[in-house]
Amino acid sequence: MNSNDVLITGIGLVSSLGEGIDAHWQKLAVDPPAPVIDDSRFPPYLVHPLPVIDWGLQIPKRGDQRQMETWQRLGTYAAGLALDDAGLKADEALCSTMDMVVAAGGGERDETVDTTILEASTTRNDRGVLLNEKLTTELRPTLFLAQLSNLLAGNISIVHKVTGSSRTFMGEEGAGVAAVETAAARIRSGQSSHMLVGAAFQTEHYDMLLGYELGGYLHRGPWKPVWQRGGSEGGGVITGSGGAFLVLESREHAEKRGRKAYAQLGPIVSGRARRRKESLSDALSALAAKTGLPGQKPILAVSGVSGAHAATAAEKDVFGAFPSVALRGFTGITGHMKEAQFPFAVALAALAVNNGSAYPVFDSENERPFDGDTSTVLATTVGYHQFEGIARVLAADTPGDDA
Amino acid sequence: MTKLTDHLGRPIVAVTGIGIVTSLGVGKQDNWNALTSGRSGIHPITRFPTDHLNTTICGTIDFLASSSKGATALTYELAETAAREAIGESGLPSEDFGGPLFLASPPVELDWADRFNLYAPGHSGTATDTVLEIARGLNSQDIFEAAQFGTIADRLADEFGTRGLPITLSTACASGATAIQLGVEAIRRGESERALSIGADGSVTAEALIRFSLLSALSTQNDIPEKASKPFSRDRDGFVIAEGAAALVLESLEAALARGATVLGILSGCGERADDFHRTRSKPDGSPAIAAVRAALADAGLSEDRIGYVNAHGTSTPENDKMEHLSLSTVFGERIRDIPVSSNKSMIGHTLSAAGAVEAAFSLMTMREGVIPPTINYDHPDPSIELDVVPNVKRSADVSSVLSNSFGFGGQNTCLVLAREPV
Repeated sequence: MNSNDVLITGIGLVSSLGEGIDAHWQKLAVDPPAPVIDDSRFPPYLVHPLPVIDWGLQIPKRGDQRQMETWQRLGTYAAGLALDDAGLKADEALCSTMDMVVAAGGGERDETVDTTILEASTTRNDRGVLLNEKLTTELRPTLFLAQLSNLLAGNISIVHKVTGSSRTFMGEEGAGVAAVETAAARIRSGQSSHMLVGAAFQTEHYDMLLGYELGGYLHRGPWKPVWQRGGSEGGGVITGSGGAFLVLESREHAEKRGRKAYAQLGPIVSGRARRRKESLSDALSALAAKTGLPGQKPILAVSGVSGAHAATAAEKDVFGAFPSVALRGFTGITGHMKEAQFPFAVALAALAVNNGSAYPVFDSENERPFDGDTSTVLATTVGYHQFEGIARVLAADTPGDDA
Repeated sequence: MTKLTDHLGRPIVAVTGIGIVTSLGVGKQDNWNALTSGRSGIHPITRFPTDHLNTTICGTIDFLASSSKGATALTYELAETAAREAIGESGLPSEDFGGPLFLASPPVELDWADRFNLYAPGHSGTATDTVLEIARGLNSQDIFEAAQFGTIADRLADEFGTRGLPITLSTACASGATAIQLGVEAIRRGESERALSIGADGSVTAEALIRFSLLSALSTQNDIPEKASKPFSRDRDGFVIAEGAAALVLESLEAALARGATVLGILSGCGERADDFHRTRSKPDGSPAIAAVRAALADAGLSEDRIGYVNAHGTSTPENDKMEHLSLSTVFGERIRDIPVSSNKSMIGHTLSAAGAVEAAFSLMTMREGVIPPTINYDHPDPSIELDVVPNVKRSADVSSVLSNSFGFGGQNTCLVLAREPV
């Protein structure tokens, strides 16, 4: 064991399944788990909506809540859960030296203002002037701050007093992969002793669905398991609102304050397959090989599979072909949470490691039963459009040599 | 023998290539000539109508092929142009750079031009239902990718052959400095011998300008555009929104020397601290900015008295310049009156996500050329800010270490310490 091993000592989760690690473990342990689906608000699309959240539990000041839209509230809330879970919430000294990496997209636009402008645009030839006229008079001044990518981190600093440093990575699922990878590298190298890392995604807004649908990525029609959307209408992705934050600490730091860890982060590999020019399957095989796949020993792989046809087929093609790997595509249950996919996958993998048992099969046609050892679990994310990452999540007391 | 590791035993990080684009022009030499001549790149807005706007001036880049093609296209072209110059200067292969990419760029949104094209009356449902319905049938990779946050870095990675998953980041107006910091950290960790750090911002649209305007952040001194940005002046009233890019090729000093590269400067320290006070205002005592400056000095292993010049964040907003003065005078004490502190933004405006990188690039040139660019438009000094701002005219000076400050919305404070030679 090494004093700079990267331990996961706090987890904050929110999704349509509920909030907190217990709610997620219990809902996902049901065989098969039942997704929460809203098919009425954004037809012809389905979404996995947020549960009812009492924001005040993690964001006590009303004024702070008012300064944010749902995406930032959700992320700030999930970050608070992780800090609470790590026993750091009220520890101002440790929060003030804590480093933070948040993976983020943008916040919600004002749908009413957009609608007003679009409707007026059909009767006006001077669209540029129209924009100025409406935006200068109808935009709420502080909405900009609720839209800025780095202001989720900014709000976490304000609400939870995490102020050691604050960095925001952008770029869909890849941002989540890079955030976890960079945070772990900083701890492993001694550049940081404790970090907050994670992301949130709020899908229940037309503009958030538009980000996928401009590329034709959204699934239409009735819900199907995430591996079975290939022949269906649309692009295969069903989105969900949710967030995942992790508290990462060096072994030395966690031990010094007497914290037990859920698991430790082993090697994390990331990639940028050139999908237009090369086979994604080949690139994934190469990436998997870097994490020791396929090994002899059966292994659980918690997958943030998107459902997008090409990427999902490639992932099934590569990981499904390894007899030792038992995939669990949680996205079928939670929906696709974009930047939060990889942190969420790592969190679920850490829970399986900690609890010493696997998740049941989420899709019996495409996932193998698994009753093996969960002292090492994989967390994978293959982006719906680009970027990939895999982490090995290990038992906290595994010697560093194996990590 | 040259020392290859720093005071903490980490690899020393050298700069071997610099590329710059601002409203003053393309390329580091043209930019440097203009900047040291005290020329302003600020001009009236022509990209979009200015009816109903309180601010009608900017420092946009209107001379590139993508200047009218939307924020993603222009930000890409800016980044690519700066990176090509930097890699070219470094002598590394321009199609197989071989190190990671760290890109500071603005958050992306679908341009209004595209949004209008996604709307047509006569569909059932609301306007936003219509937008989604039309998007569904659109099948345009261009519009889709323009609205993806990872697109620009992905294309740059293709273009220059950078390694691995590229990182796109935002720390608001400190982003450019953070991109450099990430590169420095990766080299110090031994993950790579080199890194490409870019700050690029081509996101000035009517909506972007209006958003800053609604927060009262922008200057409204439209009458003489080149006079509007006046950091540290009594009559300053906001920043001038601008575009630009800079790229740095970072290398471990060891690798740079081994291949015989020209070392343009050293990235000796990075420091940061988040502010928990307010979304746009700094803590009144300036403690986070002070802590960021001190962290950068400590990281560089330098005491305050070694800094010969401060490249200020100097936005020309009433709040920033006051807070920056408070922070500097707290860290440097009485000596701050004798340290030249100038703001490039007086000439190029605030290049937002690019600013930290652009100003780091100019800081390196300041040391190498032995010339400090001025703070122009310094006609009415703010009596409460006693600084040597290098008023209006460049100054020759032997500068061996520079502090470059970057502060941003969301409590972002990032400071870099750059040196002419390894210390």
